[in-house]
Amino acid sequence: MAANTPAATATVSLTVNGKPVSAAVDTRTLLVQLLREELRLTGTHVGCDTSQCGACVVHVNGRAIKSCTVLALQLEGADVLTIEGLAAPDGPLHPMQEAFRENHGLQCGYCTPGMIMTAVDLVRRKGHELDDRTIREELEGNICRCTGYHNIVKAIAAGARAMRGTGAASKAAE
Amino acid sequence: MSGTGIGAAVRRKEDQRFITGKGHYTDDVNRPGQAYAYFVRSPHAHAAIKSIDVKAAAVMSGVLAVLTGAELAKDKIGNLICGWMIHSKDGSPMKMAAHPALANGKACHVGDPIAVVIAATPAQARDAAEKVKVDYGVLPAVADPVAAQKPGAPQIHDVAPGNTIYQWSLGDAKAVDAAFKSAKHVTKLDIVNNRLVPNAIEPRAAIGEYDSGTGTFTLWNTTQNPHVARLVIAAFVGMAPEHKLRVIAPDVGGGFGSKIFIYPEEVVALWAAKKVGQPVKWVAERSEAFLADAHGRDHVTHAEMAFDGEGKIVALRAKTVANLGAYMSTFSSSVPTYLYATLLSGQYEIPQIYCEVDAVYTNTVPVDAYRGAGRPEATFVVERLVEVGAREMGQDPAELRRKNFIKQFPHQTPVIMTYDAGDYNASLKKALELADYKGFAKRKRDAARHGKLRGIGFSTYIEACGIAPSQAVGSLGAGVGLWESAEVRVNPTGSVEILTGCHAHGQGHETTFAQLVSERLGIPIDNVAVLHGDTEVVQFGMGTYGSRSGAVGMSALSKALDKVVAKAKKVAAHVLEAAEADIEFKDGKFGVAGTDKSAAWGDVALNAYIAHKFSGQELEPGLKETSFYDPTNFTFPAGCHICEVEVDSETGAAEIVAWTAVDDFGVVVNPMIVEGQVHGGIAQGVGQALCEGAVYDKAGQLVTGSFMDYCMPRADHLPPLKVDMTVTRCPSNPLGIKGCGEAGAIAAPAAVINAITDAIGTENLAMPATPATVWAAIRKSGLPRAA
Repeated sequence: MAANTPAATATVSLTVNGKPVSAAVDTRTLLVQLLREELRLTGTHVGCDTSQCGACVVHVNGRAIKSCTVLALQLEGADVLTIEGLAAPDGPLHPMQEAFRENHGLQCGYCTPGMIMTAVDLVRRKGHELDDRTIREELEGNICRCTGYHNIVKAIAAGARAMRGTGAASKAAE
Repeated sequence: MSGTGIGAAVRRKEDQRFITGKGHYTDDVNRPGQAYAYFVRSPHAHAAIKSIDVKAAAVMSGVLAVLTGAELAKDKIGNLICGWMIHSKDGSPMKMAAHPALANGKACHVGDPIAVVIAATPAQARDAAEKVKVDYGVLPAVADPVAAQKPGAPQIHDVAPGNTIYQWSLGDAKAVDAAFKSAKHVTKLDIVNNRLVPNAIEPRAAIGEYDSGTGTFTLWNTTQNPHVARLVIAAFVGMAPEHKLRVIAPDVGGGFGSKIFIYPEEVVALWAAKKVGQPVKWVAERSEAFLADAHGRDHVTHAEMAFDGEGKIVALRAKTVANLGAYMSTFSSSVPTYLYATLLSGQYEIPQIYCEVDAVYTNTVPVDAYRGAGRPEATFVVERLVEVGAREMGQDPAELRRKNFIKQFPHQTPVIMTYDAGDYNASLKKALELADYKGFAKRKRDAARHGKLRGIGFSTYIEACGIAPSQAVGSLGAGVGLWESAEVRVNPTGSVEILTGCHAHGQGHETTFAQLVSERLGIPIDNVAVLHGDTEVVQFGMGTYGSRSGAVGMSALSKALDKVVAKAKKVAAHVLEAAEADIEFKDGKFGVAGTDKSAAWGDVALNAYIAHKFSGQELEPGLKETSFYDPTNFTFPAGCHICEVEVDSETGAAEIVAWTAVDDFGVVVNPMIVEGQVHGGIAQGVGQALCEGAVYDKAGQLVTGSFMDYCMPRADHLPPLKVDMTVTRCPSNPLGIKGCGEAGAIAAPAAVINAITDAIGTENLAMPATPATVWAAIRKSGLPRAA
């Protein structure tokens, strides 16, 4: 880009947590930047710049993705769910959120939104009875530096069971 | 105990915001009109800065300013400092080189900040930074601490000939030499304690703001100790006097030590905010954090342990070269000295200990305290020596430990510390049972049947926490006192706000501190707010590190609560029309001895504020008390960790298959939170042992500079952890708390390496014990036979 040339901008329209959103963004804007900086949905975090840590995981069209790894402009028409939209405001918590609290699956809380969004997607893909090995392998893309994972694994197993019959697993896909 | 008092596994109050995405971290803060900073950093490990051409950058779209070290110096912004004075053996003070927030004249490590661009958007700042032209004169560099001391090594700072910062010693060298001469067996080890990158998942961030109307600065900062940040930035950097500088540490996403220190970027954010007249925000990118956050460990040690004919330890000696990087970070000097050599007695009765430490400059990122800070390094030395000694002498490693345990308390070690209480045999015994030590031989045979080498390793560690008695640390060189403060504000309706100088970044203080209030005042924890992390709210405090918040911070709270209860009793005496001496306070109710008269907590709180019953009398209205608590000693958490591994001799992959931890943390406030701290500590210790290691090449380039290159434990690196406790009350603080935050990271590396070396039958194994390293160690020693 030449000096003094304004960055190219473009408009993207999508649905975020059930609400239609339209924003004019610098073409290089990542989804996580759109969420955090334009929409002020700061529950989605950035912990790295190489797509390893998973702090930025959100659901796009019902599947977990790392929002640091996709351009906002690629998501025209997409349905995005972030941690803020997982449970209705003033409604009960999502069973996976509750399981993280009940099992002390978080300490500093920074990786937690990504962990929870990954866990909900894991239940969608693998069902409600998750063994220790499966959960640990599936968390390959989420790094936690505080908990040693022990209680995160417990929380996900408990949350997966609690989601049975609630329809919570398929919420984002609908 | 009430349902939410001391000892209850209360679910955390702070979790609601974190699990719903409503946490409030520094990067979530946005100030009106804020601009963004992007740093130009040295790509060279060591280079003269011949010139900086900012012209092309300055005219880029959105750019407000491009600032360099020369302007920083012109504005008389002071250098960053190391706040702990260490003297060499010859009495000379440590050689602290100037550390400006922007390098001026010379870059000393890759990532050293050279200039900063302030622009309207982050992308504009970054684009413009690429246009800053720096003419470097590249100099020879050295990254290895041993090489840095050799004749002819590149000289980094004029003040430190031979790159040596200090040559320090502790203990009686002659007595140790004599003990070694009389020994029946001597175990010798060469140890590299690998350099680690702390990598809290929240990258560091800072927002500087300047109000020209009042001349007041505000800094939002990812810090573990906002008051010390304010003190240093005011008194040493000279940005503004303390009363004109407010530091706010909102939610902080993990620290592990790396967010204790005062860093260049926060100084620059404040300075630049005043220069451009707008708030200035900086958020580290992860690859930037690798080059800008203080690293940990990086010791090279030769250590020897001498035993008598019965296997009793008679002496220990160690010579360590500690790499402090290119500049002395805030507390760097204390880590390889008073936080290291003072713990070389471990849990053992060792009559003589001598330790020499050379601290050196290298062309690497500064090194400072990281979870455990000196104590993991000491534990690794002691626990490897004991384990290897046991193997060499043909003794059971658990039995050799038991034989040498300290059994009488208080115990004065030859290296300063006076251990106040403990029962090391109790934690060993419990751990051996939980780990089914007796069944290990069978498990080893079973593993051999499926082609794996199974090994077991112990670590009976000790740490000194509750940092720390001010007089003690002052006499050892600390520039600050390490007491803690607490203020208890009772509202007229009886709810309570507590203000603490500690700071939580994952530890759950909003819950545990409230538990103490609930226990003492008999009110629900939901009626207690814990306020911290803002210098305008809390008067002063020393922050959170060194497992000090429970032992020191909650002790301050306990003393403030004592004062609140004492005053509330005076108010209650007026309310109940009784003599103060007859007032009893129990379960949140005030009563009069020998009567059925009572007043609820809320009634007394209200009366304290309406003052109708004692108007004009000596008793003052209100109910608010403060306490500053200075501990009488360090605390000495200790315990036993047992690791079992299975090694695939064909690939060298070591899998941790079982972990047992039995720790003695004294009184436990919330067992759920304490166990969580142990889990996390173990994971970081396992990381050091198995996969983490910062690697510099010969030119001083960090080749492990991203999460793709620097391996940290994932969930499948660890088995489910068996965690249990024993309790000996700590006699050195009113609550009997010892602290738990660092134990796992201190204990774990030795347990893992002891287990792998047991499995593969050779002691020559460096950390991190990656599959390649283990495979090479096996090949070098000849193929071991399973079982």
